Amino acid sequence: MQDLDALQQTAIARVDAAADVASLEAVRVALLGKKGELTALLKMLGQLDPSERPAAGQRINAVKQAVAAAIDARADALKAAAIDARLDAERIDITLPGRATRQGSLHPVTLARRRIEAIFAGAGFGIRQGPEIEDDFHNFTALNIPENHPARAMHDTFYFGDGRLLRTHTSPTQIRSMRDEGVPIRIVCPGRVYRCDSDQTHTPMFHQVEGLVIDRDISFANLKSVLHEFVERFFEREAELRFRPSYFPFTEPSAEVDVLMDDGRWLEILGSGMVHPNVLKNVGVDPEQYGGYAFGIGIERMAMLRYGIPDLRMLFENDLKLLEQFR
Amino acid sequence: MKFSRRWLEHWLGRDIELGPVLERLTLAGLEVDGSEAISAADGVVVGRVTDVAQHPDADRLSVAQVDDGEATLEIVCGAPNVRAGMGVAVARIGTVLPGGLKIRKSKLRGVASHGMLCSARELELGEEHDGILELPATIEPGTPLAEALELPDDVIDVDLTPNRGDCFSVLGIAREVATFMGDQLDEPPVSEVPETAQHDFTARVDDSVRVPRFTLRVIQDIDTAAATPLWMVERLRRSGIRAIHPVVDITNYVMLEYGQPMHAYDLDKLAGNIHVRLAQSGDKLTLLDEREIEPDSDTLLICDDSGPIGLAGIMGGASTGVDEHTRHIVFEAALFTPAAMAGQARRYGLHTDASLRFERGVDPAGHARAQARAANLLLDIAGGNASPMVDLVDAAHLPARSEVTLRQARLDKLLGHKVAADTVDNIFTRLGFKTTQTHDGWQVAPPSYRYDIAIEEDLIEEVARVYGYDRIPARRAYSEVALAPDSEGRIAEGRVRDTLAARGYNEAICYSFIDPEQHARWDTGAPGPTLANPLSRELSVMRGTMLPGLAAATAHNLARQRDRVRLFEMGHVFETDGERLVLAGIAAGRRLPEQWAAGADGVDFFDIKADIEALLALSGAVHEFSFVRASSSALHPGQSAEIHRNGARVGVIGALHPRVAQASDIDVPCVVFELDFEGVFAANVTRTAPISRFPSVRRDLAVLVDDAVDAQALSASAADAGGALLQSIRVFDIYRGRGVEPGLKSVALGLILQDSSRTLTDIETDATVAAIVQALQRDHGAKLRE
Repeated sequence: MQDLDALQQTAIARVDAAADVASLEAVRVALLGKKGELTALLKMLGQLDPSERPAAGQRINAVKQAVAAAIDARADALKAAAIDARLDAERIDITLPGRATRQGSLHPVTLARRRIEAIFAGAGFGIRQGPEIEDDFHNFTALNIPENHPARAMHDTFYFGDGRLLRTHTSPTQIRSMRDEGVPIRIVCPGRVYRCDSDQTHTPMFHQVEGLVIDRDISFANLKSVLHEFVERFFEREAELRFRPSYFPFTEPSAEVDVLMDDGRWLEILGSGMVHPNVLKNVGVDPEQYGGYAFGIGIERMAMLRYGIPDLRMLFENDLKLLEQFR
Repeated sequence: MKFSRRWLEHWLGRDIELGPVLERLTLAGLEVDGSEAISAADGVVVGRVTDVAQHPDADRLSVAQVDDGEATLEIVCGAPNVRAGMGVAVARIGTVLPGGLKIRKSKLRGVASHGMLCSARELELGEEHDGILELPATIEPGTPLAEALELPDDVIDVDLTPNRGDCFSVLGIAREVATFMGDQLDEPPVSEVPETAQHDFTARVDDSVRVPRFTLRVIQDIDTAAATPLWMVERLRRSGIRAIHPVVDITNYVMLEYGQPMHAYDLDKLAGNIHVRLAQSGDKLTLLDEREIEPDSDTLLICDDSGPIGLAGIMGGASTGVDEHTRHIVFEAALFTPAAMAGQARRYGLHTDASLRFERGVDPAGHARAQARAANLLLDIAGGNASPMVDLVDAAHLPARSEVTLRQARLDKLLGHKVAADTVDNIFTRLGFKTTQTHDGWQVAPPSYRYDIAIEEDLIEEVARVYGYDRIPARRAYSEVALAPDSEGRIAEGRVRDTLAARGYNEAICYSFIDPEQHARWDTGAPGPTLANPLSRELSVMRGTMLPGLAAATAHNLARQRDRVRLFEMGHVFETDGERLVLAGIAAGRRLPEQWAAGADGVDFFDIKADIEALLALSGAVHEFSFVRASSSALHPGQSAEIHRNGARVGVIGALHPRVAQASDIDVPCVVFELDFEGVFAANVTRTAPISRFPSVRRDLAVLVDDAVDAQALSASAADAGGALLQSIRVFDIYRGRGVEPGLKSVALGLILQDSSRTLTDIETDATVAAIVQALQRDHGAKLRE
């Protein structure tokens, strides 16, 4: 029986010495296969005295189980080592950039316009758009700017020579909306507008959002409130505003609105006022019953302030060096 | 309007603190554009040139002897206008000029110079630099220049809105300032004109609706040698007007002072009396600026017996102007109504100081005052004999201010704030508005010069303006809230933009008007209308397609070392009669950004088609779209397609035609697309289809077809033959080459079959596939590849 202990030790040593799955399998066959050494021992039991057989059988089986367990353990260890080796071989440089294509971007004018629309939409303003080629009536006459009014010189209009023109503001959309939908009304009208002016601070095309609220009880105090809140929401900071008397033919009283900059200067950011009764009459609204306010925001200026863009003209160069910054 | 602070102070009768006053003006609606301080350097004094000699060694220099009140200085001077007897500004040794130049004793070509004679520009008083500043010889030498020129001073520049014609004068500005300082302006009185002659020169006005007032005064025997006094020259200069002749200077001065434009004629050059009439055909006129015009029939002319001599309210004629020989003059001060003047200056491109004021309305009650002021000034400066003023007035047509009602309740409601009645009273008093109390407010008579006060809201603005916008508290409105409609039937513009940005496109914004020649390269849309007054030819035609702008933007970026450009734009394109929203995109250069994991392949049709398909999918109606070979001359004929939805064209995609690419300076692979927004993004609300619980079967086919047969056509035939069991078809391989006859291609189709109510049998599957093979053979001559 001493032989069995030695046999077990030798067998386990052979198992542990197997360097890979194939040699382990060879060891298994040599020990436990049909012609294996331990199998042969069991076969020899029959030659023993019947009284010795149970004890001998137990001992041989114990050895067999121990060897089988050693083989399983060795197999697990070899598999784990193989996986480790594969993983090690599959190591990559995780600092390399991803394979995907590059993300695009929205134009800063679009970003500013979205903010403006979202802020007003949150307060129940509808969003209305209209044509960019307009007629004289909707762009001027309906807005209390009759032909040859000096205020037309404020507008530097592009004409087509057939009575049509490029709208100089999005106010014509307000006229159309009031006429189509009636009052009360609460809308903002974003879009492209045009003036024949081009220098460092003017481009012949730019974008506006004009707002209009007409209801039974709307006051200048409400206008001040909504614009102040708007500026604070847009810039996400407290703001000091200055309302300055001005002149627009379609509002009375009129106000230009300045915001106090960090350097202590006032910067004009929008125009506003109480809708002129003639404008209301032009769309069939009784100014004794209804009134309200209107305002016009230049989107470019808001975008420049919000995003720190130094030169208006950069917004229309479509240079990727600018556009990609808004990814 | 520009004016001198000192002039304003003279009118106010007191000195002002500039900063606060300018801020008040701005807050009163008279936006101050800026103010510029002017001062005379210490040490600059008035001198008198006693003698001038030619410099011995320099042709262009003179040597002047100048009395500076203390000594006679020898000063070398290069100015052409230096002469004995003139008054000059002398910078003594040691003086530092405003520009920083320090005057030292120096030698110029061997002659010592003990100071410098200064030009207006060197003193930073004005722009003139064609000679030294000439001062009246009457000023005592040694007088500090600051004292002689009323310095220091500030030039204030106010940007007037078109409704405030009444502020186009020092008087008007002074009135506003006084109002905001809490009182009413004490207007300095104008003394009576000593009338020592009785000339019978007069005028005739045809159209007293357009010209309700026309005044004249003859002044004879003026001193032709008289010079405009320094104070007037300086005030004019500070208003940006150069002094040229005492008579003309006086007309300008009175205009600046009272806002009443004036004109002066040389009486000897006039043929007969003046006749104010509308232009007739054949009228011609040479203006003071030598321009010749042929006025339209609704233009008012000033005429004499010789014909037109002035464009009423805009500019005088050349033939009757005053000059250095003029001895007898006629001053004209008229009232051309805003309606008569409307559009006239713009038509002739002549926006003058006079036309600006007449267009906005001059005070109908200010003529006698202006005429008297002008006459008194001229008599003071040049002597002469004044005749009485001729005042041709049609009182019925003088612009009249109607009384306007203001209801306290309306005021409070519109402002959202109660302004006390006595405060309103006080504001109207300070504004010079006459009021009477009514049971619910005021009856207000605005002064003659306030053309802008016509309705109740105008008065409300006046009250708010003087009261202070800043004193009206902000208050939120209370309004009914209705839920807004929200349509799923149109994909939101923002979602489309986001989709393209997520797929790597940068949003561009191009001008809506472009160069017609550039546009002509593109037949993806016909040009829209052409502007009558474009900024330039390059910005003159409304785009009918957005691709030219995007191509230009692409070229701009390619020229700046970019090897990959993806741009899109959403905006309007224009037709002869209408406009529509369009989405367009361009992809140029590499397929992928340069990186370790990607090759350098250029972008191709299928990259962009994938983007289009992603956009089309937003509509929830992919099956409604098809790609049809296009025949655009701007696109590659073999690599372009029209996108159809239910048979209607809704867009185009294609590689750029090499000719267009070259003309657009794009030398890399380039694919473009343009989609009609409403056509593509009208969406179907998704209705889910039943989901089968039974397994699907896949069968693959490879067929040989002519190279010209499109995959879409094969798929369509297969779909037709496959019937309800055929769930989808995939084209998973296209092969040309060994084993396939030239001119043919092998197309591998994957067919997915499934039934919603049972598992398909092999027999059913085989029958369906056989039907598909048969259809492909019948429709396209396809042969099953073994």
